Amino acid sequence: MNTEILGIVFVFATTIALAIPFGKYIAKIYAGERTLLDLILGPVEKLFYKLSGIRVQSEMNWKQHLSALLTINMVWFFLGMFVLMNQGWLPLNPDGNPSQSAELAFNTTISFVVNCNLQHYSGETGVSYLGQLFLMFLQFVSAGTGMAAAAVVIIAFRERSADKLGNFYELMIKSCTRILLPVSLVVAVILLLNGVPMTFEGKDSFVSMQGDTVQVSTGPVAAFVPIKHVGTNGGGFFGANSAHPFENPNYVTNMVEMFAQMFIPIAMVFALGFYLKKRKLSWVIFGVMTIGFLLLVVPTVFSELKGNPAIAEMGIDVSSGATEGKEIRFGTAFSAFWSIATTVISTGSINAMHDSFMPMSGLAQMLAMMTNAFYGGVGAGILNFYIFIILAVFMSGLMVGRTPELMGKKIEAREMKIAMIVALLHPLLILAATALGTTLPQYTAGTLNNPGFHGFSEMLYEYTSSSANNGSGFEGLGDNTPWWNISCGIVLILSRFLPIIGPVAIAGILASKKHIPESAGTLKTDTGTFGIMIFAVIAIITALSFFPALTLGPIAEYFSMK
Amino acid sequence: MKAQNTSLFQGDLIREALVQSFVKLNPKIMFRNPVMFTVWIGTFVMLIVNIWILTGERSQGSLLYNLIVLVVLLLTLLFANFAEAIAEARGKAQANSLRKTREETPAKWIRTVGEMYLDEVQVVPSSQLQKGQFFLCETGDIIPTDGEIVEGLATIDESAITGESAPVIREAGGDKSSVTGGTKVLSDRIKVKVTTEPGESFLDKMIALVEGASRQKTPNEIALTILLAGFTLVFIIVCITLKPFADFANTPITIAAFISLFVCLIPTTIGGLLSAIGIAGMDRALRANVITKSGKAVETAGDIDTLLLDKTGTITIGNRKATHFWAANGIEPDEFIKSAALSSIADETPEGKSILELAALAPEKLRVENPVFIEFTAETRSSGVDFRETRIRKGASDAIRRLTENAGNAFPEETAAKVRDISSNGGTPLVVSENERVIGVIELQDVIKPGIQERFERLRKMGVKTVMVTGDNPLTAKYIAEKAGVDDYIAEARPEDKMNYIKAEQQKGKLVAMMGDGTNDAPALAQADVGVAMNSGTQAAKEAGNMVDLDNDPTKLIEIVEIGKQLLMTRGTLTTFSIANDVAKYFAIVPALFIASIPALQGLNIMGLHSPESAILSAVIFNAIIIPLLIPLALKGVAYKPIGASALLRRNLLIYGLGGILVPFAGIKVIDMVVGLWF
Repeated sequence: MNTEILGIVFVFATTIALAIPFGKYIAKIYAGERTLLDLILGPVEKLFYKLSGIRVQSEMNWKQHLSALLTINMVWFFLGMFVLMNQGWLPLNPDGNPSQSAELAFNTTISFVVNCNLQHYSGETGVSYLGQLFLMFLQFVSAGTGMAAAAVVIIAFRERSADKLGNFYELMIKSCTRILLPVSLVVAVILLLNGVPMTFEGKDSFVSMQGDTVQVSTGPVAAFVPIKHVGTNGGGFFGANSAHPFENPNYVTNMVEMFAQMFIPIAMVFALGFYLKKRKLSWVIFGVMTIGFLLLVVPTVFSELKGNPAIAEMGIDVSSGATEGKEIRFGTAFSAFWSIATTVISTGSINAMHDSFMPMSGLAQMLAMMTNAFYGGVGAGILNFYIFIILAVFMSGLMVGRTPELMGKKIEAREMKIAMIVALLHPLLILAATALGTTLPQYTAGTLNNPGFHGFSEMLYEYTSSSANNGSGFEGLGDNTPWWNISCGIVLILSRFLPIIGPVAIAGILASKKHIPESAGTLKTDTGTFGIMIFAVIAIITALSFFPALTLGPIAEYFSMK
Repeated sequence: MKAQNTSLFQGDLIREALVQSFVKLNPKIMFRNPVMFTVWIGTFVMLIVNIWILTGERSQGSLLYNLIVLVVLLLTLLFANFAEAIAEARGKAQANSLRKTREETPAKWIRTVGEMYLDEVQVVPSSQLQKGQFFLCETGDIIPTDGEIVEGLATIDESAITGESAPVIREAGGDKSSVTGGTKVLSDRIKVKVTTEPGESFLDKMIALVEGASRQKTPNEIALTILLAGFTLVFIIVCITLKPFADFANTPITIAAFISLFVCLIPTTIGGLLSAIGIAGMDRALRANVITKSGKAVETAGDIDTLLLDKTGTITIGNRKATHFWAANGIEPDEFIKSAALSSIADETPEGKSILELAALAPEKLRVENPVFIEFTAETRSSGVDFRETRIRKGASDAIRRLTENAGNAFPEETAAKVRDISSNGGTPLVVSENERVIGVIELQDVIKPGIQERFERLRKMGVKTVMVTGDNPLTAKYIAEKAGVDDYIAEARPEDKMNYIKAEQQKGKLVAMMGDGTNDAPALAQADVGVAMNSGTQAAKEAGNMVDLDNDPTKLIEIVEIGKQLLMTRGTLTTFSIANDVAKYFAIVPALFIASIPALQGLNIMGLHSPESAILSAVIFNAIIIPLLIPLALKGVAYKPIGASALLRRNLLIYGLGGILVPFAGIKVIDMVVGLWF
């Protein structure tokens, strides 16, 4: 087998093999069981609780959970706005980078608070080291927020009929200290050993072979990059993100960063099974996600390896695939794999320019974000998938002749209403925002890198990435304009919080309902048949919502190239 | 079950439904169904487009093409309305045919003065009989209205209502005293008290329910409507945003194409059939001779977890029967049989009668002088007869043991052993004593209905737990429960035991169904999630339950559960089918929208449709005609197979999911081959 493909298979298999035991560990954390790290981190957490006056013992119902979640996120938003708009005169700014404009700071803060990390600036010139550190903090807590919300949903599954679902602050802090922090530390050490810089000094300089003195941006990169992946954030330290040699120096770091971003989303799926003692359910969910993932990865890898027919026509050798916009040190196949992993998982970090990919790959990347539930971001993946489970349970429950129930809880009009609103939101935001963009060429036309179908794809991709809280860009787009900053910012807020509120609300409502014991007539959710049902629901909803738009973008481009 | 109106579409029903299809075009009525209402708006827009073209507009394609789109959309609406109307018409016809039998039959009204009946009988139309009045029925008469026999006994032909040709016996007192209007007296004469006001019978209520005015959406219907409205909204977004996208790509799209795309994508198939499915569910119940008081009850029936069944009549045939006489040691068997028979002469219970039957002695052999019959009392718990110097008693073994031991006589060991033997075999022992000496044991046995085990097995596969309710002692109850294959039993059941059992099950989150007939069943019937009262039962029981079974057939509960499941399944499968259809419709319409400006998209036209116009027309035509094609399925319901939830899901997913994807590909292609001749 091609060694490039072997590299992908190795990373993917290792990730899954390690994610399963780690899922068990995550389940233990949320169940409040003892773990080895209690010794070291127990006192640290207690100090947090004491300083902030959090009473861990007082459990919350779903409404209290949501109000805690929204409040704390609001605080971070205002703090972030303050830091970014004043970083010019605040300390830790050796390069003398200027403060951000209000609308750029708005976009940046929102996008880091919501775990999207869409960046309309370049890290080298756009933020100070203080800004970077604060953004790093946001990468931790935004991931923690998503994980805590997913934990509430998982806990609600287990409670037979209860409205107390744990303490939000405890779940969030533990997600950061017990899960994100240790994994990030390990990754940071490996990156450091491979030469990723870690310094608070200003720009370095060297004399090039031509004899010019070249200024090179550095900074506390090794601390920043791990959580970018582990928390599926994706906000790069530098503008070029993980294509930059200081963020991702070689094939080994590339493999580690790939591992880091898929690790916790997959582990969360298994954590669900361990926590609920329904491991088969985990495997069904994992199976559906993996099939979806592979259906996107395989065509992308092959279409990239095949190379660009238009270039081949010019008589240029394309035996190493479509190399435009890719780093030679990672190779075509791994870049293609990364492009799907990062879009499926809502990381949005990139190691190649998605704008330069083949139309079919661009289609797969967009589909990955439009689905947004094959693994998905830390926490967010489970939440998005939960909505699809609700819809699948409703339809299949009817098909077996019972009013639908999920784990012994009846799904009725109220839950359906919430689930439909969340399911509707994603297509609404993507399609409506893109439609607005196309009707207002005075704001958008000048920023597009390409005319025609590809230009349309650039716009569609930008809003899809925003709505999926992904953060990757097609990167052809000149996106630091008031139009893009503000419109994407609004899409970001809506698409982050409603999909958290919805599942948590449904889970909370279901948890307080009467539990119906299972019988032979009950539809089992941990079977392959039900897995097929979920997959069909996801595929049909995504395909039906986006097919016409995709036809005018990548599909038209694909057929035009033939 | 009787085969009434077996054909789905009868001429007069179709005529009525056709008229109703147009009446229901009224936007006020359409508004109740959000999916079809959006089609209504689309049709209205197309009407305006056609007028616009008539005034000389050239950008929207030919008039003929637009006119056909308009007509097909209108047909889509009419088909959906027709589905609802035919379901209503069938339900109404079914109920009316039942009701008709009770109207305008002459009734022999007995006038009363105070508590006294007058001997004279006045013939009046049945509709004039008021609640509380009395009437007389003799051989050959049609019973004019529902009532309760106050005097007499008659054999009655209930086939008009139940379809069962074997005549039944109804008599005053007890649980078999109720008669139904429209049935025919075959022999003897009875005096009957009217129990319902004219126009207020359950049938009248049911007709109102079917007729829409009082029909409310059931909770599951509401949830499904939300799902469908959600899908409709998605496609509103898709279609509206497609306009700027198309403009950006310089591909103008006609209004007709837009509306066709929209109407094809929204789930019109299930949207159009949804209310028909609900009505058909009630109608199916009615065809099984069950009158439901609400659509919700039918839906709930599909969810039933626990079924409370009376032993007698459901699990066993009728009552216990004497099957054996066991004489005690030293007693002549013939003597014992004669004594046993003597003790039962005045015993009116079915058990007593069965003892006489089994003894089969000539009446003159049982003639004794001055017999004094001793009635059963709760205190002695025995009954019998005294004549001359002889005192014969019969009763439960402990009662007779007390009787004999009080008189200083021993209770024979071998009799005690026989008693235990009979009990552990599910029988009921009755010990007989003569002059306070045990002379033998009568064995009574239940006869379990043939085929009942298979029915319980079927229920178990559906996930329904069966509970047998019986007045028997725990030993007997256990034996019969095991033999019949029920999951649980309530022995020595009093009415409050049923109630408590139901409450305990409901506490665990289960839905419970039960059937009852007596007044003392009323509280439990009201407590149960599905309470089915027998039509022969008391008025109180009928008021308390949410269904009435005209057949008085206790096994009917099983059918009711299946009807409920069928209702939900039909909804689920047609929804899946409807949404799966969209895949093919996309491949028909989307290339058609853009091919003119982006010829490369011909690659998406995988069906090889003739032209953009023919592709769009084929898709809308398919979308319209699939509704009437599915009406029979909606009315009959999807067959329920008790093969376990996962297997059932697999089966339905394969048929209606995969089928839903494939069928329209074929259908649209075939239509296109015809339409392509002109467009």
